[in-house]
Amino acid sequence: MQQITMGQAVQQALTEEMRRDPDIFIAGEGVGVGIHESPVMPTFGLLKEFGPERVKDTPVSEAAIAGLAVGASVLGLRPVVEIMFNPFFTLASDQIVNHAAKLRYLSGGKSSFPLVVRIKTGAGFGSGCQHSHNLEAWVAHCPGLKVVMPATAADAKGLLKSAIRDDNPVIFIEDMGLYFFPTPVPEGDYTIPIGVADIKKPGRDVTVVTWSKMLGVAFKAAAVLGKEGIDIEILDLRTLVPLDKEAIIKSIQKTGRLVILHEATRTGGFGGEIAALAADEAFSYLKAPVKRVTGPDIPVPFSPPLEQFYLPDENQLIEAVKSVLL
Amino acid sequence: MDQKKLMLYQNMLFIRRFEEKLTELCQIEGKLPGMIILGTGQEAVAAGVCGALEKEDVIISNHRGHGHLLAKGADPKAIMAEIFGKKTGCNKGKSGTLHIAVPEVNALCTTTVVGGGIPIAVGTAFAQQYKKSEAVTVCFFGNGSADEGSFHESLNMAALWNLPVIFVCENNVYSGAQRMEEHTRVKDIAIRAQGYGMPGVVVDGNDAEAVLKVTAEARLRCLAGEGPTLIECKTYRWRGHGEADHQAYQPKDEIALWMERCPIKKLENELLAEGVITRQDITALEDVTAMIVEDAVRFAEESPLPDPREALEDVYV
Ligand SMILES: Cc1ncc(C[n+]2csc(CCOP(=O)(O)OP(=O)(O)O)c2C)c(N)n1
Ligand SMILES: [Mg+2]
Repeated sequence: MQQITMGQAVQQALTEEMRRDPDIFIAGEGVGVGIHESPVMPTFGLLKEFGPERVKDTPVSEAAIAGLAVGASVLGLRPVVEIMFNPFFTLASDQIVNHAAKLRYLSGGKSSFPLVVRIKTGAGFGSGCQHSHNLEAWVAHCPGLKVVMPATAADAKGLLKSAIRDDNPVIFIEDMGLYFFPTPVPEGDYTIPIGVADIKKPGRDVTVVTWSKMLGVAFKAAAVLGKEGIDIEILDLRTLVPLDKEAIIKSIQKTGRLVILHEATRTGGFGGEIAALAADEAFSYLKAPVKRVTGPDIPVPFSPPLEQFYLPDENQLIEAVKSVLL
Repeated sequence: MDQKKLMLYQNMLFIRRFEEKLTELCQIEGKLPGMIILGTGQEAVAAGVCGALEKEDVIISNHRGHGHLLAKGADPKAIMAEIFGKKTGCNKGKSGTLHIAVPEVNALCTTTVVGGGIPIAVGTAFAQQYKKSEAVTVCFFGNGSADEGSFHESLNMAALWNLPVIFVCENNVYSGAQRMEEHTRVKDIAIRAQGYGMPGVVVDGNDAEAVLKVTAEARLRCLAGEGPTLIECKTYRWRGHGEADHQAYQPKDEIALWMERCPIKKLENELLAEGVITRQDITALEDVTAMIVEDAVRFAEESPLPDPREALEDVYV
């Protein structure tokens, strides 16, 4: 199997889908060209293959980029637009939150908006809080949007293809921390269904529900805990909306213990939704309180020791896992 | 006037040497965290604009903002320490190079959200008008930022209410890797002022004196209750978007051409020709400048990193 990064997996999905369907176009700031012409970047080589008709490098205008996708999609095109960093999503949010998410409903189901908004995210680069701010809970809070947040390159490729083929607006969030490490990815065409979580590591003792870059932290903790005879099950959600409730409940049935791990800040974070699900629908299986390991409720600070403090790590997860085993 | 000219020269030279030091430090692996974005070649805008301001005047800066802050009188040691992510930095390591706030000199906000500072400038100008203070707001932003909706909304509102704000568009030809003609149809951003009912002025952004002059005029208009002005300073970004950018898309001869139009050399030649300064004065000034920059670096290097738990502080009052 080929070994590629998540950036390259996204690039492959875009390339293969654009070859398959001429109605797909991509747009965004620096899309196709950009400052760093590097093969690990997700839109590398697309301009050369598909030309400026289908690969639109836009002005710095997030509202118009998002609106472009909304308007183009209702007339049958399949836009895949990019928001450079998650915090800049706020500038696009009117078009996405008030329009992309609601216009089908407002049309009484007559219109559809098959668009994808790719958003780069993730702390750990010393860029500060206006570049690093995981806002997946914001979009998950908007009925009408699907929200996908892959943790591996292979998942990213299959999920992006599904997102592009989906007739609903899909928010596809890529953590840049996953752009640089090659992992095995199947060649050629395959899809991974939206709304299906994946057990990345089966285990007996505690369910750890996570997504995106934090999957790596979960594996680090699993290795340490394994040596102490503690066997965690790692459930990678992959999609936040629609949520694979069944997979979560099934895992809780098996282990009786739940720890949720995400990079985003705690209050109002999507982890609360998982905890509520456990309380609502899996309470009788729980042998211990549900714990969350998340970023603290602060903007992501710049200075390296502060930023490290922000990022959840394996030690915090190990502690949380042990606390539910007491 | 000679004094003013000399001050412009000193300020530009200082900004240049300060940022050249950052370029140097970037070469040392792990020395500076994050992305370093410099305004090398654009010093006449920072020095010229801030040269026309008083301490009470507010500036709102952007991602290419070190020069703005230094020209407004920020302490270079505290700025350097912030860039290093140290506890002694002006924002205790919370902001880093890209978002430095120095309220002590009324540099109230530096934003990396392109166009994000422009509406805030409307707000500070509103407060200045409301409180009848003898002060104005300057907002620095790039040519690319004029493509954001925030620019258009803000200019309209500022003009409508006659707010004492000067919008300074630092047109350095590029917006990321895009050239001006790749991101907008207009040749001059200043022409957009017309659409909002305020004067729009184009000025040579490599001529610090000219920049100072138009800013001083705009400031007088603000103080006379005549409202905002949009000033477009034509200049050029010598370096990449950030220090990690290898400038593959920037023509070498274009860079060379603009380096010949160096704002510092230009003023230096004038000062020499007019006999305001001598070669020896320049050498002495270079020495002093280098010393201040070195002091700032030493201060930053010797300062402690913040304690990790300090991350939790300063979120709320
Ligand atoms: C809202 C937003 N969108 C995109 C970016 C990424 N970005 C940073 S600087 C920049 C280009 C800005 O160009 P310009 O305003 O001309 O300023 P310059 O960098 O040339 O000084 C872009 C697109 C951002 N920081 N904020
Ligand atoms: Mg520019």
